[in-house]
Amino acid sequence: MNGVHDMGGMDGFGKVEVEANEPPFHHKWEGRVMAMVRAMGANGGLNIDMQRFSRESIPPATYLAASYYQKWFLGLKKTLLDRKLVGADEIAAGRSLHKSPALPRGKFEMKDVVRVTTRGSFQRDVASPPAFKIGDKVRMKNINPPTHTRLPRYVRSKVGTIERINGSHVYPDSAAHGHGEDPQWLYTVVFPAREIWGDDADPTVKISVEAFEPYFDRA
Amino acid sequence: MSDHAHEHDHDHDHGSELSEMQLRVRALETILTEKGYVDPAALDAIVETYETKIGPRNGAKIVAKAWTDPAFKKALLDDASKAIGTLGRVGDHLIAVENTPERHNMVVCTLCSCYPWEMLGLPPIWYKASPYRSRAVKDPRGVLSDFGVTLPKDTEIRVWDSTAETRFLVLPMRPPGTEGWSEEQLAAIVTRDSMIGTGLPRVTS
Repeated sequence: MNGVHDMGGMDGFGKVEVEANEPPFHHKWEGRVMAMVRAMGANGGLNIDMQRFSRESIPPATYLAASYYQKWFLGLKKTLLDRKLVGADEIAAGRSLHKSPALPRGKFEMKDVVRVTTRGSFQRDVASPPAFKIGDKVRMKNINPPTHTRLPRYVRSKVGTIERINGSHVYPDSAAHGHGEDPQWLYTVVFPAREIWGDDADPTVKISVEAFEPYFDRA
Repeated sequence: MSDHAHEHDHDHDHGSELSEMQLRVRALETILTEKGYVDPAALDAIVETYETKIGPRNGAKIVAKAWTDPAFKKALLDDASKAIGTLGRVGDHLIAVENTPERHNMVVCTLCSCYPWEMLGLPPIWYKASPYRSRAVKDPRGVLSDFGVTLPKDTEIRVWDSTAETRFLVLPMRPPGTEGWSEEQLAAIVTRDSMIGTGLPRVTS
């Protein structure tokens, strides 16, 4: 979706402000939100792409004003409601009021903690070999789905070069909407800054994105 | 818990709003617990892991080893997950990118906040915030100057936008004057930002 989350190349947000000696969490609730998100992913309640789409779907004014973990909380709540794991009446009441579906991997328990503190693997086998090779010139598609995609706006219609082939992975555009993993080849595609930002751009800058095979055509 | 004193320090300006967040988050946790979806003690353990066990020191050790062990450095650049996996747990699809006199690497996630947690811990707020996410791909030299970093005009700047489940760790250049240092001494100068590409290793002595 063309949401406010897709901010590569936007102007006006000002300088990067660094907080010295930043703690992992600024409030206790932030850690609880992070842990709930990880746990509900590990027990099969939701996947990372659903979470991302829920956060992207936060209305732009709210998205920009919310802190990072406020966005995570809003996204978690929306995903749980959308998946019918939690009801709006339960959110209002602050407790469980009815029976909810069992999760694919059951309750998240102590034995699962080590697993979630290492990043999961999204590599999946696909039947066909990659259609592109390193060095190929490709043009990113001009797609504007209202659904989840990981093809940022700033590279759409731009011509880049395949630099790496990174295996075949779960396709977020499908998994975010519960349409299955539909694995696709993943590539690093690199662009000169001038291809993206025009002739005034710094000639020493190159930018790459991680792009799934359906995101581009041969140039 | 020890967070309470800390929490109080940060909350005084926005007390009512943040109390509201605490209540809403607690209510959701109660619901998930009552449904049998999560064990709160296991949530405590996740929080504790990120507060105490996983942070930039993990990545710094890897960088220091790569600086002192050419075979490990080669393996790291070939397949970082595999090379680091021989030393301990690491996620898949980690890619190490090497800074050289000719090329400086910088990592961003313009769409959200993708970051190599197991190497660097939780991302800092600036990494997840709009100024960095918007400008890193359009004006990386300007962003570097926000961090007090100025590179030669002809150094190539390579920005890696983490738009998938691959993760990037920058292997910074080993600073001059560190010849003969132990891995431990070297790891101490490898800053978090130097592994994101917004900083350089810091030699103070």
